Amino acid sequence: MTLLKRITSSKLFWPIAMLLALLVIDVIAFPGFFTIQIREGALYGSVIDILRNGSPTLMIAIGMTLVIATQGIDLSVGSVCAIAGAVAAAIILGSPNPDSVGTTIVAIGTAIAVSLVLGIWNGALVAVIGIQPIVATLILMTAGRGIAMLITKGQIITVSSDAFRYLGSGVIFGVPFAVVAAAVTVAFAGLLTRRTALGLFIESTGINARASRMAGIRARGLLILVYVFCALCSAVAGLILTSSQTAADANNTGLFIELDAILAVVIGGTSLMGGRYSLWGTVVGALVIQTLVTTVYTVGIPPIVTMVFKAAVVAAVCLLQSPKTAEYLNAWRRRRVLRTEVAAS
Amino acid sequence: MSTTAPIVEMTNISITFPGVKALDDVSFRMFPGEVHSLMGENGAGKSTLIKALTGVYRPDSGTTLLDGRPVTFASTAAAQDAGISTVYQEVNLLPNLTVTENIVLGREPRRAGRIDWAACRAHAAEVLTRMGIDIDPGSLLSSHSLAVQQLVAIARATSINATVLILDEPTSSLDADEVKELFRIIRKLKDDGVAILFVSHFLDQVYEISDRLTVLRNGRFEGEYLTNELLRIDLVQKMIGKEITVLDALEKRSSDDAEDTQESDIPAIIEAQGLGRRGAVHPADISVLEGEVVGFAGLLGSGRSELARLLTGIDRSDSGTISFAGSPVKFRTPRRALSDRVVYASEDRRAEGILGELSIRDNIILALQADRGWFRPLSAKRRNELVDSYISTLGIKPANPDALVRTLSGGNQQKVLLARWLAIAPRLLVLDEPTRGIDVGAKAEIQKLVVNLAENGMGVIYISAELDEVLRLSHRVAVMRDRRLVAVLDNDTLTTDDVLAVIAEGQDLEDAS
Repeated sequence: MTLLKRITSSKLFWPIAMLLALLVIDVIAFPGFFTIQIREGALYGSVIDILRNGSPTLMIAIGMTLVIATQGIDLSVGSVCAIAGAVAAAIILGSPNPDSVGTTIVAIGTAIAVSLVLGIWNGALVAVIGIQPIVATLILMTAGRGIAMLITKGQIITVSSDAFRYLGSGVIFGVPFAVVAAAVTVAFAGLLTRRTALGLFIESTGINARASRMAGIRARGLLILVYVFCALCSAVAGLILTSSQTAADANNTGLFIELDAILAVVIGGTSLMGGRYSLWGTVVGALVIQTLVTTVYTVGIPPIVTMVFKAAVVAAVCLLQSPKTAEYLNAWRRRRVLRTEVAAS
Repeated sequence: MSTTAPIVEMTNISITFPGVKALDDVSFRMFPGEVHSLMGENGAGKSTLIKALTGVYRPDSGTTLLDGRPVTFASTAAAQDAGISTVYQEVNLLPNLTVTENIVLGREPRRAGRIDWAACRAHAAEVLTRMGIDIDPGSLLSSHSLAVQQLVAIARATSINATVLILDEPTSSLDADEVKELFRIIRKLKDDGVAILFVSHFLDQVYEISDRLTVLRNGRFEGEYLTNELLRIDLVQKMIGKEITVLDALEKRSSDDAEDTQESDIPAIIEAQGLGRRGAVHPADISVLEGEVVGFAGLLGSGRSELARLLTGIDRSDSGTISFAGSPVKFRTPRRALSDRVVYASEDRRAEGILGELSIRDNIILALQADRGWFRPLSAKRRNELVDSYISTLGIKPANPDALVRTLSGGNQQKVLLARWLAIAPRLLVLDEPTRGIDVGAKAEIQKLVVNLAENGMGVIYISAELDEVLRLSHRVAVMRDRRLVAVLDNDTLTTDDVLAVIAEGQDLEDAS
């Protein structure tokens, strides 16, 4: 009973339960769901698909988690994806030697450098000028697609570089590169914030910015740092997306990905009010979202209604996690205990 | 005045909140054409009484007569309809609307179902002229200073032919000229027969404008007096409630005398000259020596916290200089002051102190860690040693470092905060109301701690509304009144009487020190 209670009272209980429920549905609908094969040195299977396709969202969601923990939000992640893809594609297109590794490294490096500038822009608007995060990042969300359009001159640039294609379709020890990149992002964020005092400062600023300032925490640098990190995650995700599409599409790369990322954070139990955050929660949240999409296909629900289905799951998780539900559950438990006691006496 | 019947007569009003008797058998009267001040320290029940009068709270017992008829207000709107208008401390108007719109909002003159703007403008202009406020009624409210907005709020309140006007801290953000203008208008309304309730922490203003005073203390009625018949010192005593005879004898520590003889040799930790900030504190000179406890005394709103906040970089000063340990410094941010180990422990624990969602451990190490920077985390071992030692020396309960601070009692939260500040080994520690809202045992422990810290060479500024607490602990007492440092007194033979006299009159006793 106590063990059960400890498990159910864990913040990760409902997200993990939801993930398991979706996987069970998948196995029932498609018995070979968990089968993983090795073809040409790469792993293949539905689970691998979920991991690979969910990687960009997961990476962005990790950056988003830190931003949300400071009581902020970053709506511009999708636009940063598009800009990073456009920058890399334009450089590769303009290069005399598009297939070379050198060109790809220059392209990726430039895209990441640009994303750092974009992150500083967001962070400065929030931390220096003091604009509300939702408004501040809305600027780049809207303007960013235009910037990407300028870079691609309104065209969809096809990227034919072999080296660049590795980002989206390469494998390391059989595992897709995108999955490795996402895992590295999670590990890096974990080490960066939990092995240093950064996580403590982020949480304390998110809980009470004024008290944190009076305890000597410099909120300004901290905020800029989290927005820069979020932009960096977005840029890497954008490069992977561009590579797997083999084209930079200013209009559609990373479109609505900010919503999935925010959903992943929320499903993972990090409050939009800021403060305590859970990177593992976000990982589970991102997996729930991607598994959901896969489940829709597996079960045979028309893709048109995917969004409705997604909304239903999100609503369910949010309801289950809400303090009100916890209150009801506790009251119900107490009543049941009372009833057994009364019956026994 | 006494021949007219009171317009408001509240008798035997009691209001109980869960666990607290907010008002206990309080009586209160207001007369037409009179300014009445409601006096009392924080928590005395002033705002509860106002809310009982304006229909926010319903009294558990007691009667309210308005113009001789018993009334009970179900809502603030009902009170307003009966002629009781309130202007709150924070201006409750709409800055994006015009002055006219703000004055007529919610009761616009109508013609054929539509707002009659011509009538609105005429009405607003008339109200403003009557009050002698010379502004364009068509201008946006936000284009005016806070003081003018306040006047517009009063204009709005009186334009519904209010017979009773309640002004709650109307002068707290006004400068001297603006206060003069406000008083002119109050006098005008008074001549028109309006009964005005004026609530302010500024004694000078109360004595200038009020005809009658009612004093509350701890939810109880202390008395009603005519202003010109009550000495300030008596008023302050009634508010604070200390009879001279029952005061504890000063605990003089033997070390005091030793220090006094060699006072000139002890270096000052911090020395401020002409330190001030417009609208918060008049420029003041203050110093704290090593091992010295300087008490800040004064009524609420006298500027005692504000001055301390300027000294510690919480708020930025706009005049004066600070020298720390002999060299000039500029404390622009708390971070900067903390790096010199100058600490301000706020009176507002919830808003400026604890991080409720974090553990006791995280709360304690926060300032020390912030000082080290994010890249150099304390080792787990060091962290646990530090936290465990503070939990045991300060007796923090529960003694579980992982407990969330929001689940702790007020006294234990205060101890956690003290541990946070002590962990960075402060050289100057400012404690603002460190014993407010905590139980007697914890109070004594904290006071004992202050004495110990000072004996070890730390400079301490001790701010408290409890005068005997300040006198018991301090070597010197800085007395503030109406945002001005009026005296710094040596605490040799000082009695609460002496301090009360300075708080009340602002006598220049600086030569006594």
